[in-house]
Amino acid sequence: MASKMIHAYYNDDDVLMHAVKKVKAAKHHIEEVYCPFPVHGLDKAMGLAPTRLAITAFMYGCVGLTVAITMMNYIMIEDWPQDIGGKPSFSYLENMPAFVPIMFELTVFFAAHLMVITFYLRSRLWPFKEAENPDVRTTDDHFLMEIEVHGNEMELTELLMDSGAVEINVMEKNSH
Amino acid sequence: MYTFSNRLKIGSFILMALGVLGIAIGFISAPSTVEEAKAIVASHDDGHGGGHGAEAGHGEAAGHSAAANAHGEEHDSSHDEHLLHQLQNKPWAALYVGAFFFFMIALGVLAFYAIQRAAQAGWSPLLFRVMEGITAYLVPGGIIVFVILVLSVMHMNHLFIWMDADVVAHDELIQGKVGYLNPTFFLIRAALFLGGWIFYREYSRKLSLQQDEAQDDANFKLNFRWSAGFLVFYLVTESMMSWDWIMSVDPHWFSTLFGWYVFASMFVSGITVIAMVTIYLKSKGLLPDVNDSHIHDLAKFMFGISIFWTYLWFSQFMLIWYSNIPEEVTYYVTRIADYRLPFFGMVAMNFLFPVLLLMNSDYKRINWFVVLAGIVILAGHYLDIFNMIMPSTVGDQWSIGIPEIGAVLFFAGLFIFWVFKALATAPLQPKRNPFIEESRHFHY
Repeated sequence: MASKMIHAYYNDDDVLMHAVKKVKAAKHHIEEVYCPFPVHGLDKAMGLAPTRLAITAFMYGCVGLTVAITMMNYIMIEDWPQDIGGKPSFSYLENMPAFVPIMFELTVFFAAHLMVITFYLRSRLWPFKEAENPDVRTTDDHFLMEIEVHGNEMELTELLMDSGAVEINVMEKNSH
Repeated sequence: MYTFSNRLKIGSFILMALGVLGIAIGFISAPSTVEEAKAIVASHDDGHGGGHGAEAGHGEAAGHSAAANAHGEEHDSSHDEHLLHQLQNKPWAALYVGAFFFFMIALGVLAFYAIQRAAQAGWSPLLFRVMEGITAYLVPGGIIVFVILVLSVMHMNHLFIWMDADVVAHDELIQGKVGYLNPTFFLIRAALFLGGWIFYREYSRKLSLQQDEAQDDANFKLNFRWSAGFLVFYLVTESMMSWDWIMSVDPHWFSTLFGWYVFASMFVSGITVIAMVTIYLKSKGLLPDVNDSHIHDLAKFMFGISIFWTYLWFSQFMLIWYSNIPEEVTYYVTRIADYRLPFFGMVAMNFLFPVLLLMNSDYKRINWFVVLAGIVILAGHYLDIFNMIMPSTVGDQWSIGIPEIGAVLFFAGLFIFWVFKALATAPLQPKRNPFIEESRHFHY
């Protein structure tokens, strides 16, 4: 389905922030904002929901800790409880201090790596992925606000011009 | 400008009065003869006494000769004397742990304060007066600790066995350390440490107040230089202080990361107290510019330094547990045998509890949550000091009873009284700090 999109360009993050607030105040839905660098507070101004990546990381860490404990309990205590230099292999708790470094590292390993992979999956990033960038200038020194047009092209253009846009384009776009 | 509220003042006096009562009861009920000590142990623990009786019977049955009997009696009497010393130490050790705990909070805050100045932190200048108020306790707290050390040197107690010439005469290990561990040098060092810390505190406070009225930033810059210099002095003296005042209660044992470990304990307690005092003053409407981002930052420090403390606690424990060298491992053997609950309980209080409670970013902004975590952290670090001092001074005769709680109440009262009295002497917000605007708009 093809829809009509309006692209407003800005060349300053302060102007962009004000424009976003203005467009939100006028009750238009902002489809996307493309920036060359993170603009502090943009997500709040756009009203984006907070990320839940940290929560997933915590859960992945718990998984890593469980993996470490089960693995070492099986190998060192249950399967072949050898006497290695007098270490007490009678129960997991008795020999636990020796396992803590591995428990710690696996917790961090799982939390970090699985969270990064989650981030890639959620934000659809992988090698050979086709770039979704609408304009190369947005990776250098321009900011771009994308808004869908619902037959209110004139009104929107005027609003965006007022908000300090340096360039406004209207185009057809195939929604993914 | 803060005025010391009457309710808080009366509350602190009540705490001090209750504390003095508790401390006095502790000293009065301490035994003065071997018979009294035995009676106390027997009345406290019938099972234990019964066990001793059975052992004695077994000894008689096994040893037929009179020589063996005599030996047994001699051993028994030296055991009783040991017990007497432990019980006599109890009120002293309780007093010392309480005194050191509250002193170390003020010292931890002073280190945090100096770091904020030396790092030119932009978020914390709003809290400088709170920190300066807390460090005011360094003077009375330091003097009390020093007096206890002087009394120990004067043989009023047996907290530090290396001060006992009789013990040293029969102990080659301590004899080897006499060059460092001798009463005169010990007191000179203590005076030097305390003098340096108190000097920096008073001078930095003076410069901080002068800066409010100044026309330029000269005081601020001078304070920056003194703070950086103080941190160097502090790192060296804090480490030596931990050997002197804490590690030397057990003069046969040594650990290289001990100074850092004690530092982590005082640092996290200090930051916790800053957060709690700030939340209290803010709840009274006295710190209008402090927002929840400041609290958030303090809670992050509480969280991070709690983990740092655990890291050092575990590093010390695991290295000694792993190699299991007899002369080192006795430290942990006695603690795990006689202090199982406080020893492992403090790991739960100082690590598990803050980690799970303060991990969530939103929780770090909720005042009652930070206060709750803070109370547990402070109790946990009291236990930490308790675990360092008690095993070598009172051994398995420990308890958390009237003398221990009395000492905590007394020093808590004195701490609250002195800190809030100091807070009332200057405006709670610095006026002319170069970073004050940034701090006021601090937002995380």
